[in-house]
Amino acid sequence: MSVDQKMDSSRRTLLLATSAAGGVAAVATAVPFVASLTPSERAKAAGAPVEADVSKLKPGEMMTVEWRGKPVWILRRTPEMLASLDKTDEKVSDPNSEEPQQPEYAKNKHRSIKPEYLVTVGICTHLGCSPSEKFKVGAEGGMAADWPGGFLCPCHGSLFDLAGRVYSSMPAPTNLEIPPHQYLADTTILVGDDGKA
Amino acid sequence: MTTKSQAVLNWIDERFPLTSTWKAHLSEYYAPKNFNFWYFFGSLALMVLVIQIVTGIFLVMHYKPDASLNASGVPVAFASVEYIMREVPGGWLIRYLHSTGASAFFIVVYLHMFRGLLYGSYRKPRELIWIFGTLIFLALMAEAFMGYLLPWGQMSYWGAQVIVNLFSAIPIIGPDLSLVIRGDFVIGDATLNRFFSFHVIAVPLVLIGLVLAHIVALHEVGSNNPDGVEIKKKKDATGKPLDGIPFHPYYTVKDIVGVVVFLFFFSAVVFFMPEGGGYFLEYNNFIPADPLKTPPHIAPVWYFTPFYSILRAVTYPLFGLDAKFWGVVAMGASVVIIAFLPWLDRSPVKSIRYKGPIFKIALAIFLVCFFILGYLGVLAPTPGRTLVSQICSVLYFAFFLLMPWYSKLDPCKPEPERVNFK
Amino acid sequence: MKTRVINFIKRFAAVALFAPAVAMAAGASVHLDKAPVSTEPAALQHGAKLFVNYCMNCHSASFMRYNQLENIGLSESEIRDNLMFTGARVGDLMKIAMRPAESKVWFGAAPPDLTLIARQRASGDGSGADWLYTYLRQFYRDTERPTGWNNVVFENVGMPHVFWQLQGEQVAKVAQNADGSKKVELSLAKPGTLSVQEYDKAVADLVSFLVWMGEPVAEKRKSIGAIVLIFLAGMFVLSYALKKNYWKDIH
Repeated sequence: MSVDQKMDSSRRTLLLATSAAGGVAAVATAVPFVASLTPSERAKAAGAPVEADVSKLKPGEMMTVEWRGKPVWILRRTPEMLASLDKTDEKVSDPNSEEPQQPEYAKNKHRSIKPEYLVTVGICTHLGCSPSEKFKVGAEGGMAADWPGGFLCPCHGSLFDLAGRVYSSMPAPTNLEIPPHQYLADTTILVGDDGKA
Repeated sequence: MTTKSQAVLNWIDERFPLTSTWKAHLSEYYAPKNFNFWYFFGSLALMVLVIQIVTGIFLVMHYKPDASLNASGVPVAFASVEYIMREVPGGWLIRYLHSTGASAFFIVVYLHMFRGLLYGSYRKPRELIWIFGTLIFLALMAEAFMGYLLPWGQMSYWGAQVIVNLFSAIPIIGPDLSLVIRGDFVIGDATLNRFFSFHVIAVPLVLIGLVLAHIVALHEVGSNNPDGVEIKKKKDATGKPLDGIPFHPYYTVKDIVGVVVFLFFFSAVVFFMPEGGGYFLEYNNFIPADPLKTPPHIAPVWYFTPFYSILRAVTYPLFGLDAKFWGVVAMGASVVIIAFLPWLDRSPVKSIRYKGPIFKIALAIFLVCFFILGYLGVLAPTPGRTLVSQICSVLYFAFFLLMPWYSKLDPCKPEPERVNFK
Repeated sequence: MKTRVINFIKRFAAVALFAPAVAMAAGASVHLDKAPVSTEPAALQHGAKLFVNYCMNCHSASFMRYNQLENIGLSESEIRDNLMFTGARVGDLMKIAMRPAESKVWFGAAPPDLTLIARQRASGDGSGADWLYTYLRQFYRDTERPTGWNNVVFENVGMPHVFWQLQGEQVAKVAQNADGSKKVELSLAKPGTLSVQEYDKAVADLVSFLVWMGEPVAEKRKSIGAIVLIFLAGMFVLSYALKKNYWKDIH
């Protein structure tokens, strides 16, 4: 018996075809396994949109709701707070919200649908800590004398203004994320679903 | 091969026996050229092992071995299996592959073992291969048994309850032994957790080790073949067996065909009848385990039923020890006795092709008894069935225990010098 | 010698063939009607409606989420408006307020979770669907039972006949079969709001829903399976040709 080592053309074709089919099979088999690593129905249900009733929120107050396991802040801003955004315009790195950290409808100065209510994910865009509220103006809250109110991340000191815009030269690269949201009624906000996606 | 890749290969070969291992086990491992249908099942068993390991790894990511009740009053373990089936993307497929794979493993392994019986693959010089194989079979049974508890359904629970209680039949140490196995006075959370640990880590490690030993021993002495003649006895001038062909590419391309055919049938079950008619996934196992309520009829999964029948067939006390104990002994013996085949078979030839009518009839009776025992094991016992299972159990053991005599008496045909290959 | 061997084989074959028959003989079974299981969205939606209105008063489906009903063609708002009566969210599991421990006190046994009922009730007698279809149509009046109802396939069942207004009241005539077993014949004593055909159809829809709920992925599984098998058939042709090509060298 002699093993014929030279490849005849039909053998080469068959070898290629079988290998290709085997490759397709391997990729197709990998699909359910990779899919099983993605969020399950339970995770999606836990990440479902949440309704928030803001009727009892007084001006200057903030509430937190949980959406996809993350804190979402709803801040009812006073006229003074809104006015402070003019002052911070020059201090923040992205005053016009050019970075896609918000849906189109929140790409404005106050970064919200209604100027009064700020809805934002309370997670620092640096490494994922949750910033603390520093709403008191000036040195009273332990901040600089010209502090107009905002948020301070306790982990690495990033500062954000009252629209969640990050100050320049901070560890955090971008503004706080604005989640998709919509108003179901005048004082009912649905976080996580803006009826567009 | 380009000089660059040759250089890389040389670099590796100076540090790791890559090329030599490839040659020794594949491209220059000479297998008899006359392998037939029965020789597919070894490589198929290896493939099912891979399927089970891969699907198992992914199932462990979602499964929770916890017998406590969740807020809906369902055991967490049971709920986590349904979670995999319904909520994990692709989870249903991975679970069905694993549950069908368990049954497929036994089908393939039983056929692989039967091949050994047909062609005398256990005979000298392959005794160790056969013993490793029997140990693989034992480990596989342990693996399957402990894995079956994990879904924590009614059959899982009560099946484990019955089997673990078997150990209590052993005199003196029995009751304590079953307590140690359970870690509780009934099957409970402790049992579930330790079975989980054994099922996903301990037994698979043992299995992989044994499979390696099985293959290393096989490649040391070379494969048997349907004619039962040693191809190493006739070599050409270069020392290659005249009837041998390199495993790669000839048997790799052939085994790929076997794998594709197997996967066709396997997929047909997975996608169209994953319950296997109630044999692969028992209907009662869709009911969460309830320690207060035994299902009216408990049967082990089909692959255990021949041995379970032998257990139930023993109804006589002996030497002052009760029937339960002897049932356990008989069941254990019915598996262990397989390992002794190399020394029980005294026939001058290996393959059934050259054996006489006595062996052929004995093997046929054995096979039929094995099927009847398997069938009766699924059913509830009645006096008539018990009698049939007793007859079959006696014949089962007779096949082994009388073999030294009937295999010698058997008028055999002479073995050929070379293998038959057309 | 030869005839003796042949005789032995014959006798042995007889035993081998006969043994399963012996084994089969015992084991009483109930007659189950074949359930006309449907996978049509309309039937499944009707079944879902019956399920939440009638069954979910006592039974949960705690492995199911409401929004999975989208897979039988319902929209999220339809689910929210027509099928949800509690303050649950659409992503929630279809649980009920009744706690298993309390219901056990009330009914003697906790009403089982129904998510998997169609898979649980399968047996040698028929599919789980057959059992459910027969069971739900064979309630009859029995004054000796605390609920006032009994059932042919599930004797002394704890569950009352929740569909009695739809089906009406059946009464049973118990007779003896020739072999001594009991035979129950049902007749409609008081008609319900549905005709017999309408009631059978309603139960069939409900059972279809229960079957769907037992394994929502079943239809998808079969369609993927068809593709897999066709692919493997093609793969067989290729690999077999490859094997033939290599093995033509071996003589």
